[in-house]
Amino acid sequence: MSDRPLVTTTRRRLIAGIGLGLLGCDPHKPRSGFLGAGDAVNQQVQSRLFRRSRLAPSPAAGADTAIDDFPEYFVSRSVPHAPANWVLRVGGMVQQPLQLGLDDLTRMPRSEVRVRHHCVEGWTAVASWQGVAMSDLAARAGADPRAGFVEFRSFDDGYWSSWDRGSALHRQTILAYGMNGRPLAPGHGAPLRLYAAVKLGYKMVKYLTEVNFLPAATGGYWENEGYEWFAGL
Amino acid sequence: MNEPPQHRPQPWPIRLTHWLTIPALLIMAGSGLQILKAFPAFGSRGALYRWYPLQHWEPPTWLRLGDWLAGARSLHFTFAWFLVANGAIYLAYVLGSGEWRRRVFEPGRDVRGAVGMFLYYLRLRREPPETDLYNPLQRLAYTSAVGLGVIQVLSGLAIYKPVQLPWLLFVFGGYDSARLVHFAGLVALAAFVAIHIVMVVLHPRALIEMVTGGKPR
Repeated sequence: MSDRPLVTTTRRRLIAGIGLGLLGCDPHKPRSGFLGAGDAVNQQVQSRLFRRSRLAPSPAAGADTAIDDFPEYFVSRSVPHAPANWVLRVGGMVQQPLQLGLDDLTRMPRSEVRVRHHCVEGWTAVASWQGVAMSDLAARAGADPRAGFVEFRSFDDGYWSSWDRGSALHRQTILAYGMNGRPLAPGHGAPLRLYAAVKLGYKMVKYLTEVNFLPAATGGYWENEGYEWFAGL
Repeated sequence: MNEPPQHRPQPWPIRLTHWLTIPALLIMAGSGLQILKAFPAFGSRGALYRWYPLQHWEPPTWLRLGDWLAGARSLHFTFAWFLVANGAIYLAYVLGSGEWRRRVFEPGRDVRGAVGMFLYYLRLRREPPETDLYNPLQRLAYTSAVGLGVIQVLSGLAIYKPVQLPWLLFVFGGYDSARLVHFAGLVALAAFVAIHIVMVVLHPRALIEMVTGGKPR
């Protein structure tokens, strides 16, 4: 009795699988074959649609998500904790490589971003984030204009992502050390995480250790599994 | 105004785009439900819509396509272009050829007949109203289906690029409601397809015409 639906499901999946296979689509490798060609087209469309001057609006007052309803995110087995000697390293194609502690960062001009957060899963949430604008950091390090990409690395089990320069230096892209006016909690990426208006949540690397200005993109944790690389909003 | 000359019920561009719609729409619906499964609820985190009765309802496996979120998104965003191109070709043909005259629901001409046809189906009226290629209720149904397609494309774009297309997001009342509209559009299209199939079974000549083109009339 119980294997009947299983057989039906398997047959249906087989038919769907053969159908998609004939079209050259393998959903397990969305960034190769025919789906990869679609992904390349969509990446072009997304990057052409992107305007660095276009800002995301602030949600209405009172739209903030209760802190317990704002999902925490990390890929390690348990909440990652920063090593005692934590610093952010800024490197790659820069005139002045930097090593910044949290004190150095809080002494830089403070930026605040309060925009809607969009997860790839489809949910949204709102919080305010305080930190250092990526464009300020790029100016301080003297990032080479030829570095078209920025890579963000973390101590969360090697989680990383790489971004196009335009999105990384967008005015609403910051390295946040605060959430809702309080120090960032370990569950949300303490001591420092990326926050932006123009990318899906998985692009916003938490538990940051490195920011590298590079001549080429270096993929990312989910991007290399098959999620879109551009993932713009 | 020229009367359209006598021609076949279903010219080949309409037949071609009609049949191409089916696999594309199935892929879009299945991958869309796989995407929905990642967060099968509506409203923002911590502020879900209270009136929505199916919060956290997961679409069953057999309705879903793409196996996981990235696979489904990739299918959805790739085949969306096919469906848009197919729909654009259909609309260009229907508008350019004058076919729209016998297909598009025009309230001034069709409301009375559509009500009459509805009453006829309910057995509240003995004779069906006068029918051209389509009866006025069919015109309403097919025009609505095309309108739903347009709404799906626009609401889909709004939730795909909410920051870059803010005016589109505004039209749908923000991200969370645009997402709900996109889902409701799927449900409405599914209802259309279900009724469409029942009507085709009851009137198989329409199916044959959609294959062969039918005889000029």
